[in-house]
Amino acid sequence: MAKAQPIHELQLTGITKRFPGILACNNVSMRVARGEVLALVGENGAGKSTLMNILAGLYQPDAGTIAINGEEVRFHTPNDAYARGIGMVHQNFMLVPNMTVTENVALGLKQHHRFMNLDLKATRARIVEVSEHHELPVNPDAYVWQLSVGEQQRVELIKTLCFGAQLLILDEPTSALTPQETDDLIDRLKRMTAELSIIFISHKLQEVKELSHRVAILRHGAVVFNGRTEDHTPAELAALMTGREVHLPRNEGLLVEGPAILEARDLKVRGDRGHFALDGLNLEVHAGEILGLAGVSGNGQRELAEALTGLRPVESGTVRFLHKDMTNKSPAAMIAAGLGYIPEDRHHEGIVPRFTVKENLVLKDFPTPRFSWSVVLKLGEIARNAESLKASFDIRCSSTSAAGGSLSGGNIQKVILARELAREPKALISVYPTRGVDMGAQEFIHSQLLARRRAGGGILLISEELEEIMNLSDRIAVIYKGRILKVLTSLEATREKLGLLMAGVAE
Amino acid sequence: MTHDLVYNILSLGVPFSVALLLASLGEMFNQRAGVFNLGCEGIMCMGAFLGFLPAFFLKTGPLAPYGIVLGFAVAAAAGVAMGLLFALVTVTFRAEQGIAGIGLQMMGWGVAGTLFRHFVGGVTGVEGLASWPLPGLSRIPFLGGILFNHNPMVYIAFLMVPASWYLLFKTPWGLKVRAAGTEPRAADSMGINVNRVRYQALMLGGAMAGLGGAYLSLCQAKMFADDLVAGRGFIAVALVYFGRWSPLGVLGGALLFSLAQSLQLAIQVAGIKFPYEFAVMLPYVLVILVLSLARKARMRGPTHLGVPFNREMRY
Ligand SMILES: Nc1ncnc2c1ncn2[C@@H]1O[C@H](COP(=O)(O)OP(=O)(O)OP(=O)(O)O)[C@@H](O)[C@H]1O
Ligand SMILES: [Mg+2]
Repeated sequence: MAKAQPIHELQLTGITKRFPGILACNNVSMRVARGEVLALVGENGAGKSTLMNILAGLYQPDAGTIAINGEEVRFHTPNDAYARGIGMVHQNFMLVPNMTVTENVALGLKQHHRFMNLDLKATRARIVEVSEHHELPVNPDAYVWQLSVGEQQRVELIKTLCFGAQLLILDEPTSALTPQETDDLIDRLKRMTAELSIIFISHKLQEVKELSHRVAILRHGAVVFNGRTEDHTPAELAALMTGREVHLPRNEGLLVEGPAILEARDLKVRGDRGHFALDGLNLEVHAGEILGLAGVSGNGQRELAEALTGLRPVESGTVRFLHKDMTNKSPAAMIAAGLGYIPEDRHHEGIVPRFTVKENLVLKDFPTPRFSWSVVLKLGEIARNAESLKASFDIRCSSTSAAGGSLSGGNIQKVILARELAREPKALISVYPTRGVDMGAQEFIHSQLLARRRAGGGILLISEELEEIMNLSDRIAVIYKGRILKVLTSLEATREKLGLLMAGVAE
Repeated sequence: MTHDLVYNILSLGVPFSVALLLASLGEMFNQRAGVFNLGCEGIMCMGAFLGFLPAFFLKTGPLAPYGIVLGFAVAAAAGVAMGLLFALVTVTFRAEQGIAGIGLQMMGWGVAGTLFRHFVGGVTGVEGLASWPLPGLSRIPFLGGILFNHNPMVYIAFLMVPASWYLLFKTPWGLKVRAAGTEPRAADSMGINVNRVRYQALMLGGAMAGLGGAYLSLCQAKMFADDLVAGRGFIAVALVYFGRWSPLGVLGGALLFSLAQSLQLAIQVAGIKFPYEFAVMLPYVLVILVLSLARKARMRGPTHLGVPFNREMRY
């Protein structure tokens, strides 16, 4: 593919896209100029990804036009979009895990495809060139499944740049990155604006402020605001986004020393690669408190959550729940004993994507008398349950009979939250509960967690967002290399102290 | 005595593996692209019959030497057509692959049998392919006779192993096939037509299954009968799992199975006191055992095997 002509101006006019039962984009018009960064923000399900997928040639709009430099273009396939210099980094990575970085890039670099011979050397050279030019270090020979999330993100960027993108679309590139990786990425993107235009989607308004020149806000598929970033504070933008003021709630309760209900003693657990991901970890969660677990991801958070919920075998040490030894008990036993779980991977562990919303809402309780007469499900009660949770948790879906997987990320998270909290768990393990979730939903999730705490539940909150941890926790434990480095009360904890501890510096 | 026995088992087992090897390599391409075709058995039946037909009709005429070549060509073409049909049903209409495969199997088996009764009738033999010892190589003591004293189709089938490896791992098409079966969404986002790749893979797989079937009737049995294929199509599908979707693994599986089969024959021929029914079961039991005991390597195979691709469907 020849290098695309520069994009001086991209204009979307009247873009409309319908999915069964939902108007995802409603007559959207917007414009991006050369060297400009446009931030696209909006609530979960507002239609941001859909709009960008149309621009990238993946979805066909029902109405509306796209024009580049004043000339109307039609993208029937992603190839057409690449040919005009539009490249997209998708919300969920588009990489083939069992192929190398080079092979992944080669997939799209059609000019290196020769009959019966694949020119991987040329592709590799191109990767090295791009990675040096943009200072994005990457190992072209590594298999994608071996890479961390941050590295995969970089591969996605390089891939798109290798295809000669003039306009870069980034759909929530920072939602799974650590704070350091995020700062790093923002710096790099700033430098890239010398050569490219960028459309940047994020739920973190701080990033939007830092990076973008202009902001467009989508609500229910329509543009409700379009203006210069510097004229508005993050709070104003949040208000425009949700149509009301957003206040993230804080934990203002007094520290109550309830009895310890969930305890880990000298826990040793292996990670997927066979090493000890938890190496003699001690932790206790009390009734009526939120214990925040701070740490850079990959220090054993995932393994801890899985060991406590019975999903991962414990090699040595004990798990006690409600004063009983529950080490290596099955997940079913933990659930029955009253443990709730909001998993990290909401699409694969939190819901069954092909099941309807109402089925997903009773996944843990369908055998109980409330939802079944011995072997027959009470469908009416299941539907009623779904309707009431849909209303009280503000789940946005076309109907509770829609497939769980068709919901937007934030709404899937609300389905999980609704299911877990409706069971009134004695203890709740909540892993990155607001990752990729919009401001309004974040506020809602936080207030629900605080309400559970007031009702006497103990919560283990695992997060990378210091903001979130400091706002909600009674005590904060810092995890580093599979052990708890230190536990602070919320009064003692400061950003600086936590930052040092997370880097492994104890005193 | 034991030396001869081992020699016989090996030199018989190698050509036995050809039909399985061809069909299984073809099935490997199907599955790498994300579609499993249980209809392999049916395609082999059709290949066996349609391959047999030209050889049968031309048997006595002046064109006799070409009958077999024509037979293989017809069988391959029939395989392509059946692969195309399967692609239409499972890729375009997104039907359940397992069910569609069973349908194709019954169709191939039924149609081949019916046509056979109509056009041929009873048991009739064909000439088959003469063996073609490779100059020099076939003189190597012991190994020469086992590996290099066969009909040309045996060599061709074995050359298909490195050829398949090259096609899968060293060509743009192979790259697309692997991506389409593992992460079709990613392939699609990079402008690869996932469904077209699946069509192509199914046509190639069909051609190879057709050739495998024709080998059975033209070279191995040198005749056609209803139950000639006898489940080899299903074994071929199993061998793809067994071989972890790699050409070398598939070769290993095909050899293991066919050696077990020739061992079974040797046991019967040698008159060793051993219930004949158990001897016949041996290769099948072996495959089941190995399949269930094999270590399950993650991240190797096509993770989207069996899932139709729909760009606008998110789950
Ligand atoms: N392929 C699809 N099939 C059916 N409905 C869809 C599909 N894609 C999106 N939707 C619906 O369209 C709406 C817009 O979804 P979209 O993914 O564009 O939202 P978003 O703004 O990107 O949200 P998020 O911030 O959660 O990523 C949602 O209601 C979603 O459920
Ligand atoms: Mg999105």
